Amino acid sequence: MAYQFIIVTKQDGYALVQLNRPDVLNALNIKLMEELVEALTALDNDPDVRCIILTGNERAFAAGADIKEMADASAIEMLTRDQFARWDRIRKIKKPLIAAVSGFALGGGCELMMSCDMVIASETAQFGQPEINIGVMPGAGGTQRLTRAVGKVKAMEMVLTGRMISADEALRWGLINKVVPVEYYLEEAKAWAKEIASKPPVAIKLAKEAVLKAFDTTIEAGLEFERKNFYLLFASEDQKEGMKAFAEKRKPEWKGK
Amino acid sequence: MPDFQTLLYQITNGVLTITMNRPESYNAFTEQMKKELNDAFKEAARDAVVRCIVLRGAGLKAFCSGQDLKEHQGSKRSLKESLEKSYNPLIRKIRTIEKPVIAMINGVAAGAGCSVALACDMRVMSTEAYLMQAFVNIGLVPDSGAHWFLPRYAGLTRAFEYAATGRKIPAEECLQVGLVNRLAKPEELETVTMELANALAAAPTRAIGLMKRAFNKSLSSDLDSLLDYEAYIQQIASETDDHKEGLKAFLEKRKPVFRGT
Repeated sequence: MAYQFIIVTKQDGYALVQLNRPDVLNALNIKLMEELVEALTALDNDPDVRCIILTGNERAFAAGADIKEMADASAIEMLTRDQFARWDRIRKIKKPLIAAVSGFALGGGCELMMSCDMVIASETAQFGQPEINIGVMPGAGGTQRLTRAVGKVKAMEMVLTGRMISADEALRWGLINKVVPVEYYLEEAKAWAKEIASKPPVAIKLAKEAVLKAFDTTIEAGLEFERKNFYLLFASEDQKEGMKAFAEKRKPEWKGK
Repeated sequence: MPDFQTLLYQITNGVLTITMNRPESYNAFTEQMKKELNDAFKEAARDAVVRCIVLRGAGLKAFCSGQDLKEHQGSKRSLKESLEKSYNPLIRKIRTIEKPVIAMINGVAAGAGCSVALACDMRVMSTEAYLMQAFVNIGLVPDSGAHWFLPRYAGLTRAFEYAATGRKIPAEECLQVGLVNRLAKPEELETVTMELANALAAAPTRAIGLMKRAFNKSLSSDLDSLLDYEAYIQQIASETDDHKEGLKAFLEKRKPVFRGT
């Protein structure tokens, strides 16, 4: 599949999706997001892929949505276009998504990053929701995901001032998983992807689903959901193999069923 | 080559010499000189030809006497803003530029001038020069990183003394307490400094840059984090051309020729 604004490659059980509009710091236009959603959906159904890395380049993961596309739009046009609704499909991807971030992750870029399950960042990475500075506010999940990730006061600070935070700060606040030297962020993400790709895929899927459930349910319903996924895994061959291998002190061989 | 009014900017054999050039005022910082210094370090970071930087003052009397107190006489300016906008970015640039920076302390380095010298990676000092945390003498506190550098180099006991008394710290004492790397007589200072600078300019620049990153981290983190970090940067260093050249030269029993890549 040939795309205009993204590059998709596959290796060692994982896929790498690179945002590729380097001349505009990977500004997320409608076409790019369409391609991205299409590619992620295809990879989600691809049996060779067990984990997906989403990355940009050294200067920018993505510096925001494409402002040119919306500068002159009316509210009705924005509502009709409903471009951010497409982003919701990313939330439905069942395989683990790792964002590998260097440089700017701003506005829509930060929101796209937060749609991923884990984030590996370069020590040069900078994060922010600067929409307030152009007369709007986050519109692709920023107010909701940032608040869930870093808590109310820090989310308010970022959303109301538009200030950027450094990689170390983002790590302290729990927005990202790990900070590594800029030369190594993609390698690190690949190592994580390879590790996850080596795990039993059905269990990975159900576990991801259960963690995400925590964000939109009560603890009661969440615990019940978790338990049912846990019990469901006892219908998989990988559970039998995993527990048998553990008892026999050998490495398990996963079948993915 | 950038055009500066208050600085000289000269590159010879990979060594960039930045001379603070206001000898009539002990090379004191003006708004313009601070802006130009920020620009000079930005340019030096970008220019691959530059593999070592020497920062010095013009003339024999001063490295830099700190803020030019005459510049803002009578005006109501915010020191906070001045630090945030010009001094702090300069200190950050000196600490994060991935090339070695040597301060050649040819004369007095006082106030923020002292802090800037302390921000450099190494210091070579004239036996006739002195450092001075002069801030307290006009009712101010050290700035531009002095509170961070001094206790780390010379220990808290001495740091407090230097900051609270504002006394001159003679060259001999600077060497003895670990504030500078070496001393040289005024007439030999330039030769000694350039010898060191030339050696560093011929060193594997990427490795030097990476170790600088790690040392910056080292001073504000724990052993566990540093051990993790070293594993990363060693891997990165091992993939440089200079490492390959170093290995090859070792096996061929010759001197390596590092290109800084």
